[in-house]
Amino acid sequence: MGKLYLELIRIRFLTMLAYRVNYYSGIIIYNINIGAYYFLWGAIYGGQKNLAGMTVEQMTAYVAIAWMSRAFYFNNIDQEIAQEVRDGKVAIEMIRPYNYLTVKAAQALGEGIFRFLVFALPGMILVSFFLPFSFPSTWGAWGNYLTSLLLAFVINTEINLLTGVLTFFLFRNEGIMFAKRVVVDLLSGLILPISFFPIWAQAIMNYLPFQAINYYPSMIFAGAVGPEKAGEVILLQIIWVVILLLPISLLWRLARRKMIVQGG
Amino acid sequence: MKDIFRLFTEYLGQYFKSRLAYRANFLSELVSNLVFEVINLVFILVVFQHVSTMKDWTRDEIIFIYGFFLVPYAVFSMFFSFWDFNEKYIIRGEMDRILTRPINNLAQVCLESIAPDRIFGVITGLIIMGYAAFQLKLTFAWYDVLLFILLVISSSLIYAGVYTGIAAVSFFSDSRTGIAPMIWNIQNYGRYPVDVYNKVIRILLTWILPFAFVGVYPAAYFLRKEVYYGYAMLTPVMGIVFFCIGLLVWKLGVRKYSGAGS
Repeated sequence: MGKLYLELIRIRFLTMLAYRVNYYSGIIIYNINIGAYYFLWGAIYGGQKNLAGMTVEQMTAYVAIAWMSRAFYFNNIDQEIAQEVRDGKVAIEMIRPYNYLTVKAAQALGEGIFRFLVFALPGMILVSFFLPFSFPSTWGAWGNYLTSLLLAFVINTEINLLTGVLTFFLFRNEGIMFAKRVVVDLLSGLILPISFFPIWAQAIMNYLPFQAINYYPSMIFAGAVGPEKAGEVILLQIIWVVILLLPISLLWRLARRKMIVQGG
Repeated sequence: MKDIFRLFTEYLGQYFKSRLAYRANFLSELVSNLVFEVINLVFILVVFQHVSTMKDWTRDEIIFIYGFFLVPYAVFSMFFSFWDFNEKYIIRGEMDRILTRPINNLAQVCLESIAPDRIFGVITGLIIMGYAAFQLKLTFAWYDVLLFILLVISSSLIYAGVYTGIAAVSFFSDSRTGIAPMIWNIQNYGRYPVDVYNKVIRILLTWILPFAFVGVYPAAYFLRKEVYYGYAMLTPVMGIVFFCIGLLVWKLGVRKYSGAGS
């Protein structure tokens, strides 16, 4: 069974590899985003040394890391699920001897690995020539970052599965999927580090899974969360992984019973 | 032209019929567009809790620019919503069908993908601008309304030109290029004052992918930033030039189009 999913990850990786033009545009997008935010933050800081506990150097490094992390955890499997429900393909998928949602997650992982290796890492190395920026120095810190990033991927994928499975009930939910995407970008700390938000907003966000998607791994990478606190952060992520499993399995069970194939 | 207008009303009717079949989604799409527009505002608001100005621009000025930025984008995306042009028309071969239709092929593609719900962005933009204008105590003359309409149309033409040109690239390369999302990312930098960026990005946003003309330059006129008046007045010229370039690339593309097989 495990071998099957490994194969799915590999196939998706190879499919991504087939769209060659995508590499270049992917790397360029990555650099444009970081470059523009670099200047934007430079202008925001102006003469000030420190905002919300971060220097301008830490901020630009944070932006670069946050985008690198996003390359790995980001995927569109909710839209794929919605498409397959609408086309009726999902009926065939459901009689196949595997778990449909795990298949989707495996494909997302293949895509994530592709983006991380082909877009983010080269982009990051390129960026590190221009920006004051350092990679984690110890193996332990790398290990913590990668563990945290993998959990971030799982949490984001779970949220995507949730919004994707909603298609079974709502038939069309592009609206929710789009809203989810922008909300995740904001509340995960991609656009703004969580420490910039007002205290009351931070208090609310502590009860939401979103900062576990980007803020935690990025802070570990930046060294702002030291090795002694990293364990705690990773534990929090694991708790979210488990909590989110519940609504998914519930909705999935309902969805299978309720499925209506539209068209086909 | 008359035909196109008549067809437009027909397609509009069809659009509402098909969208209202899934009412909940229609509503949630409206809401999520609003969420998207508001989230960008959150960025500005949160940042300005920590600083008072951004390169001499105050919070309310930046908010005003953002409000302006939303308006032409809404107008453009109502009429030119063919984001999946490559997928739908080239890879799946729908373009063959388009070419057999009696009206102009670009008009046909646009009509098939109109998104009238996007027009709500105009309202959001106006509200945001209104709020900022009130805070800044801006005053407007009667002809500012006409200028506003002219500038919005010009900015929409810039979008239309750029994205038509990019969609037409699909005629030359069959595979997915991922250019459109890249341009979309760049366009979002037009809503901040260009003087925050370095020279290369400034030139890029002014002359190559002129997204400064859909946000900061025209908005600067209403903010009475005289340094940018020249650029603001150039907006209609840029709109016409870029729209023509877009049409030209489209025409060349259609001529080269040979069908993707099945």
